[in-house]
Amino acid sequence: MINVSTAVPNDNLIVERQSSILVKGRQRKNQLKCDAESIAGCVSQRACVYCGARVVLNPVTDAIHLVHGPIGCASYTWDIRGSLSSGSELYRNSFSTDLKENDVIFGGEKKLARAIDELVEKYKAELVFVYSTCVVGVIGDDLEAVCKAAAQKHGIQVIPVQSSGFIGNKSAGYRAACDALLRLIEPPGGPRPLNNGRLVKSVNYLGDFNLAGEAWIIKDYLKRIGVEVNVVFTGDSNYRDLKKAPEASLNIMQCAGSMAYLARRMEVLYGIPSMRISFLGLEDTAASLRRIAAFFDDPEMMRRAEELIEQETAAVRPEIERYREKLSGKKAAIYVGGGFKAISLIKQFREIGIDVVMVGTQTGREEEYQTLHDISDDGTVILDDANPSELERFMIEQGAHLLVGGVKERPLAYKLGVAFIDHNHDRKHPLSGYVGAVNFAREVYSTVCSPVWKYARDVGGGLYAAGNKALPER
Amino acid sequence: MLDCTPKKIIKRTGGMINPAKTCQPIGAMYAALGIHNCLPHSHGSQGCCAYHRSHLTRHFREPVMATTSSFTEGASVFGGGGNLKTAIKNVFAIYDPDIMAVHTTCLSETIGDDIPTIIKGAEVPEGKLVIHANTPSYQGSHITGFSNMVKGMVAYLAEATTDEKKEQVNIIPGFVNPGDMREIKRLAGKMGIRFIMFPDTSGVLDSPMTGKFEMFPAGGAKVEDIRDSGNSKLTIALGYYASSDAAHLLERNCRVPAITLKTPIGIKATDELLMTLRSKFVQEIPYELEEERGQLVDVITDNHHHFYGKKVALFGDPDILTGLTEFVLSLGMRPVHVLTGTPSGTLGGPQGIFEKEIKEMLAAAGLEGRVKAAGDLFELHQWIKNEPVDLLMGNTYGKYIARAEDLPFVRVGFPILDRGVHPYMPIVGYRGAMRLVEMISSALLDRQDRDAADEDFELVM
Repeated sequence: MINVSTAVPNDNLIVERQSSILVKGRQRKNQLKCDAESIAGCVSQRACVYCGARVVLNPVTDAIHLVHGPIGCASYTWDIRGSLSSGSELYRNSFSTDLKENDVIFGGEKKLARAIDELVEKYKAELVFVYSTCVVGVIGDDLEAVCKAAAQKHGIQVIPVQSSGFIGNKSAGYRAACDALLRLIEPPGGPRPLNNGRLVKSVNYLGDFNLAGEAWIIKDYLKRIGVEVNVVFTGDSNYRDLKKAPEASLNIMQCAGSMAYLARRMEVLYGIPSMRISFLGLEDTAASLRRIAAFFDDPEMMRRAEELIEQETAAVRPEIERYREKLSGKKAAIYVGGGFKAISLIKQFREIGIDVVMVGTQTGREEEYQTLHDISDDGTVILDDANPSELERFMIEQGAHLLVGGVKERPLAYKLGVAFIDHNHDRKHPLSGYVGAVNFAREVYSTVCSPVWKYARDVGGGLYAAGNKALPER
Repeated sequence: MLDCTPKKIIKRTGGMINPAKTCQPIGAMYAALGIHNCLPHSHGSQGCCAYHRSHLTRHFREPVMATTSSFTEGASVFGGGGNLKTAIKNVFAIYDPDIMAVHTTCLSETIGDDIPTIIKGAEVPEGKLVIHANTPSYQGSHITGFSNMVKGMVAYLAEATTDEKKEQVNIIPGFVNPGDMREIKRLAGKMGIRFIMFPDTSGVLDSPMTGKFEMFPAGGAKVEDIRDSGNSKLTIALGYYASSDAAHLLERNCRVPAITLKTPIGIKATDELLMTLRSKFVQEIPYELEEERGQLVDVITDNHHHFYGKKVALFGDPDILTGLTEFVLSLGMRPVHVLTGTPSGTLGGPQGIFEKEIKEMLAAAGLEGRVKAAGDLFELHQWIKNEPVDLLMGNTYGKYIARAEDLPFVRVGFPILDRGVHPYMPIVGYRGAMRLVEMISSALLDRQDRDAADEDFELVM
């Protein structure tokens, strides 16, 4: 067992970081420090405002996503999200104003205006998002003015996204993206409730980016119980559909970290209530479908929901049970972007017989950490904004067989002889709903029980992976 | 996906569509990873560091460690000096590297942080080092950033301490994979010449699975070796854009003569490297290398009918393209489009001759082609629409064009995000050239097999 409070810097823990780590059962639950700025000089796994804004808006398929800044910000975000489109593929291109030294000195506004002109001419788009980057924030280009002029000139919407990297963390970027979306969906004449309290059986689905087609799966479930999805924010969305957003009678929200602000604003502006749901794992998927049906207070809908739950559960249960037998007793570590996903993952791991021994997020909020604390077993390490050394230490000390994370965590886990699954941009199949639950179980099984780990343990009779004394038996 | 790229070429002035380059700091970070026990540090917003680490991780499939100054609004108004000082203190207290290599970003450059002054005022523990490079993202490309960080290594570390130069050669490998660096070291080793390679990411970004996470893996150029590079009797800079600036600085500072050679891709460029080593160090080329060369020529002879007259479009980093163009010409292919995103001349970077050099190669082969620096993949795609090719070679981003135009595609260069193993497998030297021959002929022949009618489908090709 670890005692975080006695950890000293030489032990790979920074003094200032100690308040961001706790062990369930050792400290009170409201002790964890989160939502704070990272410390300079840490190997943080976090990103910036631009990153947050870009990941939220990128799935809008028929928009020109123009990154106003030097080339890097556009290069690194070129088609990396894995969000699928049923229509336009325009969003998968990379557009940058590619600012040069002269632009930085004399201002980039003219070049930005030219870029918008050329791109609109070329691609006939109705919507342009212009992302501000660090440099633009410092040299003070008037994005609003350039976008407004371009919008008038071309008769389309050109929306600035205030996403200069240094003005906050990734969460601030989510907010900047939501602000841009709110401008986009505002009807002529200003915001007003359009659903008039009618319980039109139509929802907006917030916080699904259609990675590997996940939003399509959920849309299908909802259709089967009699609910139309008005528009998804932002997976496989487009200009026309987003415009209709104020017409829905309920906002359901998967990724709350990125979308809670948008949901709150839409409630104020359009009178649309919102509900947190989660389609990760059997338990949460079923609960979410029931809650949606309950919201519409429609017995027929509830009947169809129960029918769907029964059918789909029966279809996947045997396969999941098979994996559960193989995986029972294994231990998992979680390090993901937001808190809500981490909560769902803990439940989902329980469904396949796996205990979560470490859980952390990049940008989880206080109430989410409280929930994480509540549902974790005693002894679980909970941490915010972890760095690689911390992840390494706690994975080994806790004897994790598996890490769930994003791109930067994958090779770290592998080096330790720990299996890995990507629950972020690099996922290769849907992890939502019933089909996702099976995919999840299968992927966990395929990596935890991969034959490669045998070779990680034994070479010439000795331990090849001798570095990790705690390398779990498989 | 790129079906909407129009054939008609209109001059553009408003930036890039589908870039063929990225920004300086990632090159600096990659170079810094090639120093043993070094922690690269990104002086800017958190996002820069996260993006560079992710991008390098996707290419190498290895952990990539780097720290950041985590700029906030305050730092951007009042300067990032405080952040950098805190970072330096924390880095040595927590991660304890031998050396920390700071690179700037567009943000800290625009604010105007004076890095040397900040470093002087920082608490650097006894025996530890902090070096830096200015890498503004609004100039040049990732190659410029690599070059600038290597220059920083020379500026801070290299010293001439002996009266007579030592019988050793400095080799600056350029922005190539660890597998390439290993191969270049093997060639120098076979020649029996003592060498200092810096930066050297072999053993850092191709490290073995041990069950242990090494913050600082075993590889990388040692600081004392980079210091000693000032005593070498020769520096060979491989690649004009990534390596020559540092070599010239070493020449100025420590009177070590510099020779710039092409990245040794293909027979001719590899010959030039070995002949240079032979003439400067009076060493015979060992039979083993003669044999490798002979095998390569043999392989090309056996397969040359597959290549002859095939039109190829090449894109990527300038140093790689120079070698690659020469090599595909030697295979009898016709490189009709050659494009790099890196600008030819860069303020603060080498004043390059990319377009001139490639055009001269084409002219010598009696060919004409489109050649461009500071281009983008949108333009390359338009070129291909106007003059179709049989093969496309370049980094991962070429896959969109390959799909839209249904072209065979060979992945070379940086980044390759959709395939594994490549960082281990060299494209330099005779063996690397043999691998390229295999990759190119497999791509062409797989296509021929795929498209063949039943009656034309052949067993022996």
